[in-house]
Amino acid sequence: MELDSLYQEVILDHYKHPQHKGLNPVFTAQVSHVNTSCGDEITLNLNVENNLITSITWDGQGCSISQASVSMLSDLVTDKTLEEADAIVKSFSELMASKGTSSGDPEILEDAVVFAGVSKFPGRVKCALLGWMAFKDAAIQSQGESK
Amino acid sequence: MSFSVAQVRKDFPIFERTIRDGKRLVYLDSGATAQKPWAVINAESDFYSKHNAAVHRGAHQLAEEATDAYEGAREIVAQFIGGKENEVIFTKSATESINLVAYAMGNAEAGNRFALTASDSIVVTEMEHHANLIPWQQLAKRTGAQLKWFKVGQDSRLDLSNIDELITTHTKVVAVTHQSNVLGTINPLEAIVKRAHEVGAVVVLDACQSVPHMSVDVLALGVDFLAFSGHKAVGPTGVGVLWGKAELLDELPPFLTGGSMIENVTMTTATWAPVPQKFEAGVPNMAQAVGLGAALNYLSQIGMDAVRAHEIELTSYALEKISAIDGIRIVGPLENVSRGATVSFTLADIHPHDVGQYVDSQGVAVRTGHHCAWPLAKVMNVPATTRASFYLYNDEQDVDALVDALLGAQKYFGRF
Repeated sequence: MELDSLYQEVILDHYKHPQHKGLNPVFTAQVSHVNTSCGDEITLNLNVENNLITSITWDGQGCSISQASVSMLSDLVTDKTLEEADAIVKSFSELMASKGTSSGDPEILEDAVVFAGVSKFPGRVKCALLGWMAFKDAAIQSQGESK
Repeated sequence: MSFSVAQVRKDFPIFERTIRDGKRLVYLDSGATAQKPWAVINAESDFYSKHNAAVHRGAHQLAEEATDAYEGAREIVAQFIGGKENEVIFTKSATESINLVAYAMGNAEAGNRFALTASDSIVVTEMEHHANLIPWQQLAKRTGAQLKWFKVGQDSRLDLSNIDELITTHTKVVAVTHQSNVLGTINPLEAIVKRAHEVGAVVVLDACQSVPHMSVDVLALGVDFLAFSGHKAVGPTGVGVLWGKAELLDELPPFLTGGSMIENVTMTTATWAPVPQKFEAGVPNMAQAVGLGAALNYLSQIGMDAVRAHEIELTSYALEKISAIDGIRIVGPLENVSRGATVSFTLADIHPHDVGQYVDSQGVAVRTGHHCAWPLAKVMNVPATTRASFYLYNDEQDVDALVDALLGAQKYFGRF
């Protein structure tokens, strides 16, 4: 079933067992994003020290795609430099814009390539990107904060 | 039920197609927009292919035909809701209709009955669609007037217990929905209209979810303004209606200005054409208005009382079948009394977006989210809901398909 390409086991697993959920009070930037069409919300705390992401935590509510996506993102960018994280976000954004034509670069995206199926469902791309866009904002803000 | 759903479905070409790899289309999203019968598609197409010209101008036959068709549509609308022709204004949407009243009120100068000051108030309800909340919220901001609102109880009904404190001699406008687009609740207008008129306030009715589904008579309701959209009433997109009492429309200042809406113009001054032209600046959405006329004729032929009776029956069936599912919470009145054919719900801890995605894979089209009524979602303590909304082309088989799909969703997301 086509639906299975959207709801990969890894995605539902992250949804049921979200990683890095619960906000760390120590952060260099806090960002809240909402998906205005469905009401999904994510607040994300990012802590950057010496250009290195030392902590990314989040809280929110929403569909399996939005919640699993931010969970996987948090896993991916922890302990990365801002530049490395930026490359990951770029790669993920490209995958989401691919309309099902790309399977994603596992070297960069690791497990997050399972979201390739989401790009075939235009209504869900925004869900998948919600946390990533929040992170992007937080990273820009942290660049100013962290030396 | 005095019409055959199977027969009605034949009038709507979209039901000839299949969905998601050959599945029967079960369209349960008419609360967002209704499907269109051939009568409407042909009327709009005929206007373009045979009669197209700018209305109310042009010294030629096409302009005459276009004007006749457009003004004919106005007559149909007026008859459909029990108003007079010169009380019907075509807009591009119900949203524009409500904004028209709100912005026109904001344009009223001191001495005009619609002029608002910081000592006035505007009353809305917690169950309004954003289209009947934000125009008033922003008008209040611009004028300093106070925005007040009726609360919604956990029984999904308006709490009218403090009506006399909410609607006071300071109240200029009471804006309320006829039927909630989320809960399905049909509101008790009589008490609200009576109190509003006691204190000299006008009542603006959002009738988007009622005019397409039941017979609505503006005089019987006693409201002062009424807005509805064409596309929810099997009509085209891009056309809405504002109805208002003639004497009120006379006093209300214009909203959009420009061509067609003027009487005399100099380089520094202008006077206004009579209503309804005063509120229809620019070349209007002619083909869409004509299409709306065809839509309302189509509905009239079936009979609005028959449509309502059909929907009441279907709602009873839907409420019974849906609420029997484990983990379902209906967000709206559980009793099929003073309620329309809109059933919103949550399904255990499966997010509505995921529910919607799964049922779509089974050919069932529903809406998910906060349905442009974010404050209401907060009142009902749900981040979002799944909404099934029924219309004249739906039947019990469609309800069964939804129920099967919901059971399937539970199974699908229960795998882990």
